[in-house]
Amino acid sequence: MAKITREDVAYVASLAQLSLTPEVQERLLKEMGDILQYMDKLNELDTAGIEPTMHALAMTNVFRDDVVGPSLDREHALMNAPKTDGEYFLVPKILDTE
Amino acid sequence: MTMPKTLNNLTAHQIHDVLRAGSVTATEIAEAYFKRIAEVDPKVLAYVDVWREFGLAQAAKVDETVRRGDDPGPLAGVPIGLKDVLCTRQGYTTCCSKILKGYRSPFDATVVQRLESAGGVFLGKLNMDEFAMGSSTENSSVQVTRNPWNLKCVPGGSSGGSAAAVAADECVISLGSDTGGSIRQPAALCGCVGMKPTYGRVSRYGLVAFASSLDQIGPFSKDVEDLAIALNVICGKDPHDSTSADLPVPDFTKSLRQDVADITIGLPKEYYTDALNAEMREKIEAAIAVLQKLGAKVVEVSLPHTDYAIACYYIICTAEASANLARFDGVRYGYRSPSSGDVHDMYSNTKTEGFGPEVKRRIMLGTYVLSSGYYDAYYLKAQKVRSLIRRDFLDAFDKCDVILAPTSPTAAFEIGEKTDDPLEMYLSDIYTISVNLATIPGMSMPCGLTKRGLPAGLQIMAKPFNEETMLRVAYSYEKNRGFEMGAPPIGARAR
Repeated sequence: MAKITREDVAYVASLAQLSLTPEVQERLLKEMGDILQYMDKLNELDTAGIEPTMHALAMTNVFRDDVVGPSLDREHALMNAPKTDGEYFLVPKILDTE
Repeated sequence: MTMPKTLNNLTAHQIHDVLRAGSVTATEIAEAYFKRIAEVDPKVLAYVDVWREFGLAQAAKVDETVRRGDDPGPLAGVPIGLKDVLCTRQGYTTCCSKILKGYRSPFDATVVQRLESAGGVFLGKLNMDEFAMGSSTENSSVQVTRNPWNLKCVPGGSSGGSAAAVAADECVISLGSDTGGSIRQPAALCGCVGMKPTYGRVSRYGLVAFASSLDQIGPFSKDVEDLAIALNVICGKDPHDSTSADLPVPDFTKSLRQDVADITIGLPKEYYTDALNAEMREKIEAAIAVLQKLGAKVVEVSLPHTDYAIACYYIICTAEASANLARFDGVRYGYRSPSSGDVHDMYSNTKTEGFGPEVKRRIMLGTYVLSSGYYDAYYLKAQKVRSLIRRDFLDAFDKCDVILAPTSPTAAFEIGEKTDDPLEMYLSDIYTISVNLATIPGMSMPCGLTKRGLPAGLQIMAKPFNEETMLRVAYSYEKNRGFEMGAPPIGARAR
């Protein structure tokens, strides 16, 4: 595989919603480069025709009866939120309505 | 039955007996353990939250049940510690991460509920690597737990607090979680017994997710009998976890028999190479000899894809972690960055300030291997290699009933020894991670002390949902190994 670049690190950080300082990005460039190079080992294996393990257990759908059961009430759902108005979670403005 | 000399080194099955004989109360036992925690935990640093009032109230309830003449349950009065990755209504659930500091779960994990219904007495929450990511508990945002056998050494990880607390007599049974060895490796390094049951055997409802296709909850104990008692309580189908297996749960205490005459032990040739530490190898071979003397047969087996397990594991676990940890965005719970800006700044500042370095490294790796253009090359490839690794084990189990191996390539290493090189830390998981990839059960139990006085761990693996065979082999070895592990010096023997 191609070696991970500075641009890749910055792009992946934006996908992961992390804002990293230039020093941390440099360190990650080296660490991720080493780890990914180690992972390239898997390319030694011919996996043509091998099914990927998509499920840890061979199970099909697990159904339950379609009836309303007890669930978290509003008070408990909101109790750990950093900011609420007592009814909703509050976040900084998302859309500019002007 | 007379009053035991000390209440601090009892096992769960001994507590069962003394409690019913009326010689000791659950309250006296709980008091003794809280006293022990106050004495030794400032050195060991296993607990991140101690629930004195709550635990004593649970103990009083057990005593009341005994007084009424009712059955107080299989774990009545047994002091239990819980890894901080398990959701509890009592106290806090933080995964030892800054991002969950102060989080109070509105519900109990299924395993917590089951232990409580069985009469267990909770002493508090135990330290761990942040979000269970690590092999030394040095990634905790709270504190670094010490190995009770040598305070300069790590207890292993990520369930380092759970292992150290059992080893230091700060609880009788504890729960941990194991994604790539996080129960078995610390059990080995701290000289206690620990099991990762088969994926699906124990409900994961209320276990904060790290890598969902690999995570499993399991117990730590001082002996194999206690492990079986704990498994009887925590195993079984749970409607709240659709991945919990709908299979009957056997009475695991029925497997506590000294009987291995029909057992064939497999030794993977890929595990017994020059890379294995000579002292560790000697201990494992001595353990195998004990079982052979009892009539077990030994065959060589092969796990040809062993060399690919670590690469495969760290692709899958980081990918799943990056998806699971996306939920910590400062909206519904946990830390929110106080810095100003729009909602996108809020997300990124919250994650950047809230997660520690190892968690961020894994989120970055996981996001990379899942990103467009790399998904097939890394994630899909790893999922295929996972199938090959699983097939290796199932083929090997055609020739044997259990596989024996070291749990860790070395005994406990020193604090700070491996923190500079993440890859080196990952490589120390070589003997444990395949078990999670193959979704089979695995356990570790002590098999002696090294010259430096540090525990060595014997790992036993079995076919999916065959914990019973594993327990039978473990029990037979424990009763015939010819030595007692004894109590750790808690620093007295440090160099």
